[in-house]
Amino acid sequence: MSNIDRPLSPHLSIYRWPITMALSILHRTTGVALSLGFIVLAVWLFDTASGADAYAVFMKYMDTGIGMLLLVGWSFAFFYHLSNGARHLYWDTGRGLEKEQVTRSAWFTLILSVVLTAAFWWVAS
Amino acid sequence: MSLRSPLGRVLGLGTAKDGTSHWWGQRVSAVALLLLGLWFAFALATIDNFGHAAAVAFVASPINSLLLLLLIVAMGYHSYLGVQVVIEDYVHAPGLKLVSLILSRFAHIFFAVAGIFAILKIGLGA
Repeated sequence: MSNIDRPLSPHLSIYRWPITMALSILHRTTGVALSLGFIVLAVWLFDTASGADAYAVFMKYMDTGIGMLLLVGWSFAFFYHLSNGARHLYWDTGRGLEKEQVTRSAWFTLILSVVLTAAFWWVAS
Repeated sequence: MSLRSPLGRVLGLGTAKDGTSHWWGQRVSAVALLLLGLWFAFALATIDNFGHAAAVAFVASPINSLLLLLLIVAMGYHSYLGVQVVIEDYVHAPGLKLVSLILSRFAHIFFAVAGIFAILKIGLGA
């Protein structure tokens, strides 16, 4: 990469973020977050199998402010990635790809994932 | 004029040599996770409590054991495919990229097998 003075097309810092771009990035971010959540799920199952003592240690960490914050974050990441994943599968059929449709489905997906997250914690509590 | 050999055209695997298998694997596991994920979220939200006894009882129920096993497999596979793309996109040094990909594969298999082992241990009552 010696040729760094070449002209560049407008990059992330130049664009005003359209909602579609923000959601695309959020899909990847939540995906990586959920990969870490996969580890926590495996540890939860393993500690459940290991007995009450190991389980208590796991729960001690989850039952803190940071633990709760992570769980709420993971639940939103889960419902967002699920909703937006369904949107991607819909796109894969070749439908809903017009600019206006994509913007509309972006807002719908975002609102749906917030509603699902709220419903999850409402049912859980 | 195409320079591709007849065999290459028939196989349809392209330059990466694995064709559309990654794309398909990601989509099919996504459909599975749509169903399994919603079940799991519902199950978590409606579980009695998160004491050890309740957690064991939840996992030990045969239908829950089965669906949890499927969830772990589908989630581990889908997660591996996703993390692979992220590494390929952002890790540019060839050596570090290879090491990252191998570590990601090891980690995914490690935690998936840990989860599967735990479910079987509880489900089979050993």
